Amino acid sequence: MAEVEHRESLPIDGDGDIVRVRQTVRDWSVKIGFSLVDQTKLVTAASELARNTLVYGQGGTMVLERVLNDRRTGLRLIFEDHGPGIPDIDLALKDGYTTGNGLGLGLSGARRLSQDFEVTSAVGRGTRVVIARWK
Amino acid sequence: MERIPILKMGDSLLVSIQVDMHDRLAMTLQDDLTGKIVATRAKGVLIDISSLEVVDSFIGRMLANIAAMARILDARTVVVGMRPAVAITLVELGLSLTGVRTALNVEKGMELIKRTADSEDERGGSRAS
Repeated sequence: MAEVEHRESLPIDGDGDIVRVRQTVRDWSVKIGFSLVDQTKLVTAASELARNTLVYGQGGTMVLERVLNDRRTGLRLIFEDHGPGIPDIDLALKDGYTTGNGLGLGLSGARRLSQDFEVTSAVGRGTRVVIARWK
Repeated sequence: MERIPILKMGDSLLVSIQVDMHDRLAMTLQDDLTGKIVATRAKGVLIDISSLEVVDSFIGRMLANIAAMARILDARTVVVGMRPAVAITLVELGLSLTGVRTALNVEKGMELIKRTADSEDERGGSRAS
């Protein structure tokens, strides 16, 4: 059972919040001692998901957790919004698929950059994406 | 309003991105650069991203857009100084930066711009002045 050692929540309601998400995830990735490449992957995934929360989810939050699981330390990021939801998650995870004017790489790219990836969504109620990276 | 400075060096424009850009700032840079290419009749655009710790799909798209717009305006774009960790992440993200030329540093980037301009001139280049 994973134990949460630290938890903090950040609002995602504007452009500046995406920058703050990147900085917070970077700070904690450094504290945990991820390699530079792993830091960059996690921060980039967080940036994509924060933008999705803002643009498609009409804003929401990111909860950052430092977790300990069988002596492995990890960083778990939970992005949650109460936007329109995703009707077809498989389709949304396809490279190049977008309902906006982006490149359609946000969700699929974030999945490739993370070790754990889970997305749940209910139409009309919102979307929750959980990613994690372990040391 | 916050802006990324654009410097003119001979026939080229030089942009060094030193801050973690929020999305609007990236859009402003794209607009400013295209305006400046026309105003200065620049032949090259050099974008130094050595300070950027992260290039996500938004910034990646901005770089590709700038390169495409500059090409239509008869200028070549070279992105220089990408950190290795950023390059690894970009590929895994699925972003290939099609049409964006890269060089290791500013000096090599300037050489590349000059070489490309020279070879186009030799071929009788399309640029009329």
